[in-house]
Amino acid sequence: MASLKDVKTKIGGVKKTSQITSAMNMVAAAKLRGAQQKMEDFRPYTEKFNQAMTNLSANMESGQFPLMEVRDIQTVEIVIVTSDRGLCGSFNANIFKATERLIRQYEAEGKKVSLVCVGKKGNSYFRKTGKVRKAYTDIMGNFQMFNARSIAQDVAANFLAGESDRVQVIYGKFINVATQRPETEMLLPVQPDVSESEEDSGESGAAAGDYIYEPSPTEIMDVLLPLYMNVMIYHAMLETGASEHAARMTAMDNATRACKDMIHDLTLLYNKARQAGITAELMDIVGGAEALKG
Amino acid sequence: MAEKIKLEVVTPKGAIISSDVDIVTAPGYAGEFGVLANHAPFLSTLKVGTLSYKKDGTEEELMISGGFCEVSNNKITFLVESAERGSEIDVDRALRAKERAEKRLLQAREQQEKIDRTRAEAALQRALTRLRIAERQR
Repeated sequence: MASLKDVKTKIGGVKKTSQITSAMNMVAAAKLRGAQQKMEDFRPYTEKFNQAMTNLSANMESGQFPLMEVRDIQTVEIVIVTSDRGLCGSFNANIFKATERLIRQYEAEGKKVSLVCVGKKGNSYFRKTGKVRKAYTDIMGNFQMFNARSIAQDVAANFLAGESDRVQVIYGKFINVATQRPETEMLLPVQPDVSESEEDSGESGAAAGDYIYEPSPTEIMDVLLPLYMNVMIYHAMLETGASEHAARMTAMDNATRACKDMIHDLTLLYNKARQAGITAELMDIVGGAEALKG
Repeated sequence: MAEKIKLEVVTPKGAIISSDVDIVTAPGYAGEFGVLANHAPFLSTLKVGTLSYKKDGTEEELMISGGFCEVSNNKITFLVESAERGSEIDVDRALRAKERAEKRLLQAREQQEKIDRTRAEAALQRALTRLRIAERQR
């Protein structure tokens, strides 16, 4: 059995750990608020952008743009957006699992897979597979549109060079504070979601044919397609960022609670041991007194 | 005043403006253009420059960079990477950016680097526009 002093030290240690975890919980909560705000601010932009894209692509043949070209798939590139830091529960592990499932699925079909990792965790996990083509680390902290742009440019260049025939992005979708789910989205070739837009933009869709374009529609598309990729990747980064903080908040909350339980159990143990010690001492004294009397 | 057109300016950081205005002028791909109420459906890419609009007789200016705009159903929507009102412009920062861009432009010219040059030129353009708008605010 552990001695009194051992238990006391252990209690102290657990207490310190719980201080750290509860501090991290609060930091994550504050950061989550910021990240969520950014995500919500970005939403109108995405919506408007997608609307314009569908309007534009509705009266255009997709074949004429290299970024929209549908090819026979030989190589699939997967952009994995993870967090830079750990200690956020199973958040990154879930993304890894989803990615691995996707990789296995493609490889079973005899296709090659290459990876682009955004975020440190994804890189360190997939590095040993030798599939990582490029890694972007330490950019999840402060979201900037130009980070997304450099990633988008690289991915697009690779696609245009014929090194990849399809690009997918996996990120941690933020559903609510308690739930985050790995989500897979198609990035290239660009396929604007026509079916969805027909429902909510019926009137503007009808007028789409009469647009005056400046410069020509083709040139506008040349500008918009790369921008569209920026938007998609930036969106994935924002979602992952918010999810990361939410996941960390939950994980740290659980850890703090576990610490409290442990402290409770250990204190009980400590008190029991202390009492046993006192009882033993008393017995000694009483025993000694009896012996003297006798 | 006559009929108005709804102006919306949306950036990745959220919607900046959403109000009914009389006239909007913006730097389009093929040059400056103005939009009044009931304009025909129109879609244009944008250059770095000044977006100005008039509302109830007062004129406001914004610095915008990179994006496009869409006119439909008596509504004009600007989707831009950044938009700043004159009062939000950090003049010191713009000045520093201007100097930096000029220096880099000089360097790029010596070394014949195309990419650096276009980037520096874009940065200079942004800085100059910011300064011009800030100047006029005073």
